[in-house]
Amino acid sequence: MNRTHVNCTVNGDDVDFLAADGISLLDALRDELGLTGSKEGCGTGDCGACSILIDGKLNCSCLVLAPEAEGAEIVTVEGIADGDHLHPLQQTFLEGAALQCGICTPGFLVAAKALLDTNPDPTETEIRYALAGNLCRCTGYDKIIRSVQEAAVQLREVAK
Amino acid sequence: MRYVAPTSVDEARSLLVDNPGSRVFAGATDLIPQIRAGRPQPSVMVDLKRIDRLTSVSHRDGGWAIGAATPTAALTANPEFATMFPGLSEASGLIGSDQIQNRSSWGGNVANASPAADSVPALVANDAQVVIASAGGTRTAAVDEIITGPGQTSLGDGEFIIEFTLADMAAGTSDAYLRIIPRTEMDIAVVGAGVRLTMDGPTVAAAKIVLGAVAPTAIRVGEAEAALVGNTLDEATLAEAAEAASAACNPINDKRGTIEYRRQVAGVLTKRCLLIAADRAQNGTA
Repeated sequence: MNRTHVNCTVNGDDVDFLAADGISLLDALRDELGLTGSKEGCGTGDCGACSILIDGKLNCSCLVLAPEAEGAEIVTVEGIADGDHLHPLQQTFLEGAALQCGICTPGFLVAAKALLDTNPDPTETEIRYALAGNLCRCTGYDKIIRSVQEAAVQLREVAK
Repeated sequence: MRYVAPTSVDEARSLLVDNPGSRVFAGATDLIPQIRAGRPQPSVMVDLKRIDRLTSVSHRDGGWAIGAATPTAALTANPEFATMFPGLSEASGLIGSDQIQNRSSWGGNVANASPAADSVPALVANDAQVVIASAGGTRTAAVDEIITGPGQTSLGDGEFIIEFTLADMAAGTSDAYLRIIPRTEMDIAVVGAGVRLTMDGPTVAAAKIVLGAVAPTAIRVGEAEAALVGNTLDEATLAEAAEAASAACNPINDKRGTIEYRRQVAGVLTKRCLLIAADRAQNGTA
């Protein structure tokens, strides 16, 4: 399999890596860059556990070929905290017990961030639709939705 | 397998011609799962997204040219487009999750040729044409001439869709698309209905009705269209159109719905779509 040298930024850092052309960006992030926060659930774009931002847009990294990342700005779950200071979404997920096994959590955090970045005051319905591409088999979703609502309130306070 | 991202249509065409077993892709939301499920890996994956024309949206001289690799999220977020083609915009926005929306494209939805593709009935109802890169340069075809069966298209070796063209929605004309799935989000259409109506006051002047997921390809229901033209959308006319829509179905039984269910729902969705499109056409939301 051909290999491609890829230059991009990940969580604000310039990175480069050599990727086999057929591997997914998810595999490159995990195996070449050691960023194992993004998970592979289904590998077919149904579950959202591999959600990342590419140039600000929410994507399933399992459906992106690694060489497609050339020149892109990528944000993974590892990049959403501010140093040791958790992102409000991470804090409210912890406090609201919005996770059990945790496999889906990185994807939910990134998808929820994508939502709040563009819609700081979403309705519950808007949150549920925006997170429809993320599956959780533990929580029953309600705790996740409430934690996103709480994080939205906190982020709006900060923005004032 | 080799990945290549050409920056021109000519370059992409040459890559396809020179490399047997190569495939073009935009979002790869169908192609990558198909490869994972055991379909042969392409020799070269030709990424069309770095070709400007394939991802550009332009509106001029009474028509639209929409790059075949344009993410559907970019279309539904385009107020001018979504206002002029509300049904086509809604159909495009139903393809998968937000994650998928940032990758999925009309070009992929058409070339993948799923009988349940959401954009297809709405594209056909709006007489969308496609510009195809082929060996001799380009050729054009209607969307319903491209899809010939489940997973089957009339695209030849080395051909790929460059862009879609649409004429502006005429005065008194609008569209609608509805689908039914077993849950609220993230499933494949059991039935999809795309309608475009031109209204002359309360009377239907022209109608196009296209159903998805009820036959090997999207089907146009001429009998239902004929029942509408020249009539108002009263109960009897709507019932006649719905009956014609149900009768035109040639569906399969599967876990999402039975043949009987699909037939009945095709009629119901047709009726609902007609009322939405008529309201839009009469009240100028188009």
